[in-house]
Amino acid sequence: MHVGLEHYLTVSFLLFALGMLGVIMRRNLLVIYMSLELMLNAANLALVAFSRFNNKLDGQVLVFFIITVAAAEVSVGLALIVALYRRRQSAHVEDLTGMKL
Amino acid sequence: MSLEYQTLVWWVLFLPLFAAVAITLFTLRFRAVSALLSIGAIVTGFVFTVMFIHANGFHVNVDTSKAWLAIGNLQIDFGLKIDALSLMMLLIVTGVGGAIHIYSVGYMHEDEGFSRFFACLSLFTFSMLGIVLANNFIEMFIFWELVGVSSYLLIGFWFEKPSAGDAAKKAFIVNRLGDFGFLLGILMVWGILGTLNFTVLHDKFGTAAALGTSATIAGLLVFCGAVGKSAQFPLHVWLPDAMEGPTPVSALIHAATMVAAGVYMLCRIFFLLNPDALSVIAYIGGFTALLAALIAVQQDDIKRIIAYSTLSQLGYMVMAVGLGGPTAAMFHLTTHAFFKALLFLSAGSVIIALHHEQDIWKMGNLRQKMPVTFYAFLIGTLALSGLWPLSGFYSKDSILAQALGQHDLEGYILFTVGVFVAGLTTFYIFRLFFVVFLGKEKSKTASHAHESPAVMTLPLVVLAILSVLGGLIGIAGIYHTMFNGETEASAGFANTLFEPFIHSPVAASLGLLAFAIGISAAYVLYAKAEKDPLPEKLGGLAVAMKNKFYFDELYEATFVRAHDFIAAVMDWIDRWLLEGFCIGLIRGGTDLTGRMLRLVQTGNLQTYAFVFVFGVALVLWFVLK
Repeated sequence: MHVGLEHYLTVSFLLFALGMLGVIMRRNLLVIYMSLELMLNAANLALVAFSRFNNKLDGQVLVFFIITVAAAEVSVGLALIVALYRRRQSAHVEDLTGMKL
Repeated sequence: MSLEYQTLVWWVLFLPLFAAVAITLFTLRFRAVSALLSIGAIVTGFVFTVMFIHANGFHVNVDTSKAWLAIGNLQIDFGLKIDALSLMMLLIVTGVGGAIHIYSVGYMHEDEGFSRFFACLSLFTFSMLGIVLANNFIEMFIFWELVGVSSYLLIGFWFEKPSAGDAAKKAFIVNRLGDFGFLLGILMVWGILGTLNFTVLHDKFGTAAALGTSATIAGLLVFCGAVGKSAQFPLHVWLPDAMEGPTPVSALIHAATMVAAGVYMLCRIFFLLNPDALSVIAYIGGFTALLAALIAVQQDDIKRIIAYSTLSQLGYMVMAVGLGGPTAAMFHLTTHAFFKALLFLSAGSVIIALHHEQDIWKMGNLRQKMPVTFYAFLIGTLALSGLWPLSGFYSKDSILAQALGQHDLEGYILFTVGVFVAGLTTFYIFRLFFVVFLGKEKSKTASHAHESPAVMTLPLVVLAILSVLGGLIGIAGIYHTMFNGETEASAGFANTLFEPFIHSPVAASLGLLAFAIGISAAYVLYAKAEKDPLPEKLGGLAVAMKNKFYFDELYEATFVRAHDFIAAVMDWIDRWLLEGFCIGLIRGGTDLTGRMLRLVQTGNLQTYAFVFVFGVALVLWFVLK
């Protein structure tokens, strides 16, 4: 079976949709965070696929950027979540309603 | 053209301002320094004026100005108009004013606001000198208002007394009514003639004919200013109340200077008044003279009697202007400044001696205890009632002669009024004189009275001498040359002495007859009176006189009520329509929308995420459709 661009994009879309559902549905901050990473990697997959099928390296370069930035973001984000947990003894979004009047 | 010592006149104008500023900023704690600054400024002004006159004579005509501001084609200058009229007024303001300044040192000696008083006096002097020297309408109007402000400060000097505060407000507001008309008149003159400079107006247009059909209206509007400032009917109500101020203030403002400003202004712009306007002015003046003299007959407060006398004499002056005799008006203004300041200051001396007692029925027999004051007051009384050969006789006679010289109905009516008022004047002022200085002591304080210090009696002596000689030293001649252009042949002392009897024997002898009748009536009724015999004889009329013909009550019932009603309506509109409806609606609407929008902010992170994703999906759908 020939594997074409649309297959890659379908997988990428499924991953992205799963991640988005996770962000919207799950209650635990840590899981939401993992879902966000899933969405980023779905985008990476799409970019790599485009790069491969267009015979250009632009997409791959962008992917490296995203991975680097994501790594930095994860370190900051996880630190924030740990700090939050220490203060509130909870990592559930329902408990984080400080912005509400 | 520049005259010798011309810059001195600028100094005369601005020295009192410097004094006022210096006292207010630096010397409020140092009473002696304050008094010295204030008196120094005005006396130096007097000396400078005399130097200028000595070098140049009276009959100069200088108009020097510096451009001040220009709006469109309205160019406003700040300048000086120096001629015989303003020079004489300078002498009066700085001379009589200086005497009053010195007197104030004694009168205000024990007052806590001593320095503040002198600052206000100097500010007032500056404003008054500004009116006198102004060379255009706008400049005059500005100083006109400044006089209003400083008189407000001085009348309300004892502001802790509610009556003084009310009197100050009344004076200011009533004056503003007149000033409103004055400003309209000024605008009208500018609109028609295109200039406001007195010299240009005089040289270029010269007569009221230049104002065309609006001449009467313009003249009467300008006259409104004089009605307010010179307290003519119907705006006369502020002046008697203004007696709430300290007595030197009454002498300075309400006898010698401020109230004279209206008459001075009319003489300054006399050439702009047409016969119709003059006729109205004459009748208003005559009516005021009669009304005020009648009221004065039944007053019991020593200062109020003199205040109504001032009103009455101002009526004379305005009448003289209306009869086409600015010479007579200015002559009477000058002599009146002398003897009225004298009367007020003597009254002040009495008031101080009796520890601020002002009811004449609690005085009596002060002749022995206060000899200087007694003789000063006697001279003032005689001059006011017009006994030959005191100053009042000559000036009053020139007004009566002016009326008689018209040879028409208006002239005869006003002449009759003038003679009648002359009799009344003698009557009420001698009533005051007999009750206060002769007869028995009518209270304990009166029997313990003693003479005032020299700083108070000395100005009295100076003013008394002026009141006696004021008619004979050629003042009338100076005004005559100023207004008529020709020089009167120097008449010689003896001729001046008897001039009125030759010039207009009827006016002179009838004036003296009125004096004789007035003084005999006053002697019969009041020489030994313990209480006022008139109310029993006159009944209702006396009550009406005592209550000032109910003008205050009338104004209270009409204008004040109407004003209060309009104010109440405006208050309601502001409170309910503007604030309640308009502002309330906008504020309430914003508030409600805000409350509704707030519900969107659930605080739940995932709701936001969902809305965000939904939004992105929507955008994608629109873009890719």
